[in-house]
Amino acid sequence: MKETWSKLRKQPLFMPILMLILVLLINLFKDPGFFSIAVKNGVLYGRLIDVLNRGSEIAILAVGQTLVIAVSAGTDISVGSVMALAASGGCMVLAGYGNTSVTGIVAPIAVGVIVGLLFGLGSGCINGLMVSKLKIQPMVATLIFFTAARAIGLLLCNNQIIYIRYEPYKYLGNFLPHVPIPTPILVTILIIIIAQLVLKRTSLEMYIQSVGINNRASRICGINSDMICFICYAICGLCAGAAGMIASSRIYSADSNNIGLNYEMYSILAVALGGNSLAGGKFNMAGSIVGAYTIQAIMTTLLALGVSTDQSPVFMAILVILIVVIQSPVFKKWMEERRVRRAEAGKEAA
Amino acid sequence: MSDGDNVLITMRDITKTFPGVVALDHARLTVRRGEIHALMGENGAGKSTIIKCLTGVYERDSGDVHMEGVEGNIFNHSTMDAQKIGIATVYQEVNLCPNLSVAENLFIGREPRTRLHTIDWKKMNRMARELMERLQIEVDVTETLENYSIAIQQMVAIARAVDMEAKVLILDEPTSSLDDKEVEKLFVMMRRLKDQGVGIIFVTHFLDQVYEVCDRITVMRNGKFVGEYTVSELPRVKLVAAMLGKEMNDLADIKGADSGKELGDLLYEGEGLSHKGTIKPFDFTIHKGEVVGLAGLLGSGRSELVRCIYGVDNSQTGSSRMEGKPLKIKAPIDSIKAGMGYLPDDRKADGCIGGLSVRENIIIALQARNGLFKRIPMAKQIEIADRYIDLLQIKTASRETLLSQLSGGNQQKVILARWLATDPKFLILDEPTRGIDIGTKTEIQKLVLQLADRGMGIVFISSEIEEMLRTCSKMLIMRDGANVGHLDAKDIELTQENVMGAIAGGETK
Ligand SMILES: Nc1ncnc2c1ncn2[C@@H]1O[C@H](COP(=O)(O)OP(=O)(O)OP(=O)(O)O)[C@@H](O)[C@H]1O
Ligand SMILES: [Mg+2]
Repeated sequence: MKETWSKLRKQPLFMPILMLILVLLINLFKDPGFFSIAVKNGVLYGRLIDVLNRGSEIAILAVGQTLVIAVSAGTDISVGSVMALAASGGCMVLAGYGNTSVTGIVAPIAVGVIVGLLFGLGSGCINGLMVSKLKIQPMVATLIFFTAARAIGLLLCNNQIIYIRYEPYKYLGNFLPHVPIPTPILVTILIIIIAQLVLKRTSLEMYIQSVGINNRASRICGINSDMICFICYAICGLCAGAAGMIASSRIYSADSNNIGLNYEMYSILAVALGGNSLAGGKFNMAGSIVGAYTIQAIMTTLLALGVSTDQSPVFMAILVILIVVIQSPVFKKWMEERRVRRAEAGKEAA
Repeated sequence: MSDGDNVLITMRDITKTFPGVVALDHARLTVRRGEIHALMGENGAGKSTIIKCLTGVYERDSGDVHMEGVEGNIFNHSTMDAQKIGIATVYQEVNLCPNLSVAENLFIGREPRTRLHTIDWKKMNRMARELMERLQIEVDVTETLENYSIAIQQMVAIARAVDMEAKVLILDEPTSSLDDKEVEKLFVMMRRLKDQGVGIIFVTHFLDQVYEVCDRITVMRNGKFVGEYTVSELPRVKLVAAMLGKEMNDLADIKGADSGKELGDLLYEGEGLSHKGTIKPFDFTIHKGEVVGLAGLLGSGRSELVRCIYGVDNSQTGSSRMEGKPLKIKAPIDSIKAGMGYLPDDRKADGCIGGLSVRENIIIALQARNGLFKRIPMAKQIEIADRYIDLLQIKTASRETLLSQLSGGNQQKVILARWLATDPKFLILDEPTRGIDIGTKTEIQKLVLQLADRGMGIVFISSEIEEMLRTCSKMLIMRDGANVGHLDAKDIELTQENVMGAIAGGETK
C-alpha cells in the first residue's frame, strides 16, 4: 500500500491532478452539489461539465503552447489575439464583408470555420518563420501578432462587432442537436487525440524534445531543427484558430477586442501548472491539459464564491503562485527532507 | 595516516546514491599538500561523482570530509562554498559561458572593479591577456568563447582555476582534448603549483600522464575505493589490473593497420572544399576500407576540415562525390542520407542530447535518416539500443536512463553508438575515444579496424598520435587550416617520430 502510494507520487501527473482535485474540492464548501451531473432538456448539466466546457479553449491552446515552449524555450504570446483574428476572419466570410448583424450566412459554415483555422495557421506560420529562420526571440516575434492581430481582426470586421444570429453557427460553441455533451468538449477531445497520434505515431515528439534540448546536436543528427521549430509554431497557430472559432461560436459573434483576452497567459500558465519546464526540452502534454482545466476550475470557483471579476485576478495569482511553489523542486526537496527527519525521529522514539 | 600533518583533504566513507544507482559506496580519498594525486578508474567508477561531492555540486548521503585549516566536517552546499575555502575545480564537461568573452569567462564572479564598483573592463582585459600570455595560449581575450575550439575552451577553464590561487586544484580529465604541447604546458603549471604546496587532484585515463606528473594514485572501481598507491612503486600492469579488477590483455594484440592491404574502390572524393574563414580549400579522397588519420597541432584545422566535409555549417563550398555520385550537401541530413556519419569532438555542445534517454540518443540519427514519418518500431529501437549497450559496454542503469545521468565516458560511448547504428559507408570520428577508459579504448580501436575490414571508409582524428598509428593506414598532416602533406603506410613506416616530424614541419612539404 505504502509502496504503491510512493510510486504514485513519483508519477509526473500526480501533482497536477492533485492540484486540480484540490481546487475542485474548494467548491464543495460553497456548493455541496458541485460534483453532481444531471440531464436537463436532453443535455448534460452541472458545474463539473461547466468547467470542462469552458476550459476547452485553454486546453486547446495548451496543446500548441506546450510544443512551442518545448521546442524553443520561448512562449507564443500571440495566441489570445490570434483567437480574435481567427474569429473575425471566419465571421467575416460567413456574414459577408461589411455586414454587422446577419440572420443568414453567405458561405457554408464549414468554409467559415476553415477560413478561421487558416487565419490561425497563417499567423502561426509567420511566427514560426520569424523564430526559426530569422532567429528572432520568440517573445519578440510573437509580440508582433500579440499587438497586431486584434487590429487586423477589427479591419476585417470593418471596425464593428459582427453578429451571426444563425442557429447552426452556435453548434460549435454550444450543443449539436441531439448530442448531450457540449461540442467544445468533443472538439477538445478530438484535437487531443489527433495531437497524440501525430506525436506518438511519428517521431515528432522525440524530434521536438531533441531540438529543445540541444538544437546544434539535433541538427548534426540529421534533424531539420528549423523545420521542427516552424512546425510547432504552425500547430500552435492552428490551435489558436480552433479555440478562436469555438469562442466566437459561443457568443455567435466576432468581438475582436474581447475574444481570447488574457488567454495567452492562461495557456502559458497551463503548461507551467502541468509540471513542464518553461526552459524547453522534455514535455508532458497530459500535464498541460490538466493544467488548463485547473485554471478554468480556479476561474469557475472564484465566480462561484462571488469574487467580483475585478478582483478575481488577484486570487487567481495567489492560487497559481501557491501551486507553482508546491510543485517546485526546492519545495519538494524540503518536504522530502522533512519526511526523512520525521521518520528518523519516529524510529528513535520507538 | 603516518604523515598526518601533511594531509590537506580527507574524504572518508563517502556514499552517494542516485535513483537506481549507487555511484559511491564508502569511497575515500586523501590528498596531501604539494602533491599531484591521480584519481583513476573505469568509466562510471565514480571519479567525477566523488569530486562533485567534495565541491558541493552534489550533497553526499553520508561520510566525512575534512580539510586542513577548516573546522569540522565540511558540507559544501554549492560550488561557491568550495571556492571560498580554497578549492578550485575544472569539471569534466567544461562549464563556462559560451556566449561571453574569454576575459569575462576568466574573471566571472571575481571581476576587477572600478572605484564606482562597475566592472573595470580595461583592467579585466589586460589581466586576461597577461594570464593567457603567461600560459602561452594564443587567443583574443575579447572574442566570444564559443568561437574557439573545445581544446582552447578547456585551456581557458584551466587558466581560470589556476588563477584562483586555491589550496586544492581539481582537474577532471583536463587533458582529454589537448595535444601533447598543451599537455606539457599544463604539466609545467601543475608542477609549479605543486611546489607552492597546492594539492592537485588529477583525473585522467592516460597512464603515461600519470607516470609523468603524479605522486600518488587512488584507484576506484564501481564506486568503491580499491587502493592508494605511490606511483613510483606501482608498475603499470598492476595499476591496470587494479582499475579493471582483472588483468588486461596487452595492447599488442591489436594488429597495426595492415599496410599490405589492397586499397578498395574510391569511396568519397571532395574537391576544393572550404569553409569561409576557417580553412583553405582542400581536396580529400578516401577509399573503401581505408582509415585516414588527420594529424596536426591544436588549431591546425583538423576538426574544421571534417566539419566541412560533413556539412555542419551551411557555407560549404566546393564539390564532392560519394562512390562517383555527386553530392549536394546543404545540411547534415544530406550527408547522412549519402551514407556519412560524423562523431563531433565537442561532446557537450554537438553530441549529447542530455534530456533524452540512452535509447533515444542511440537511435536518433538512424531515425532522422528514415524520416519523420517512418518511426522505428519500439521493439526494434530496444533491440538496437541493447545491442550497442552490450557491444560498447555502456554502463547505465537502464536503456531508459537519461543520457545526462551517465558518466562522461559512457556518454561518449552512446554517441559513438549513435553513428555505428546508422551503419554508414563513410564514418568521420573526431576524437572518438575522448574520456574513454583504457580497456574500452582498445575495444574501440579494434572495432574501427573491423569496420574498415568490412569496407567502411573511416576518418580518425585523435590528439593521441599513438592511437592513430595503431588504426590508420594513411595520415594527412594539417597546419594552419591547410593540408600540408601526407604519410602513407605504403611508402613510409608510420611511427611516432615520422608523424611528429611531419607535424612540426619540413620534410613532407
Ligand atoms: N546526476 C546523476 N544521476 C544519476 N546517476 C548518475 C548521475 N551522475 C552520475 N551518475 C552515475 O554514477 C556513476 C558514476 O559516475 P561518474 O560520473 O562519477 O563516473 P566517472 O568515474 O567520472 O566516469 P568517466 O570516466 O566516464 O568520467 C555512473 O554509473 C553514473 O551513471
Ligand atoms: Mg567523469
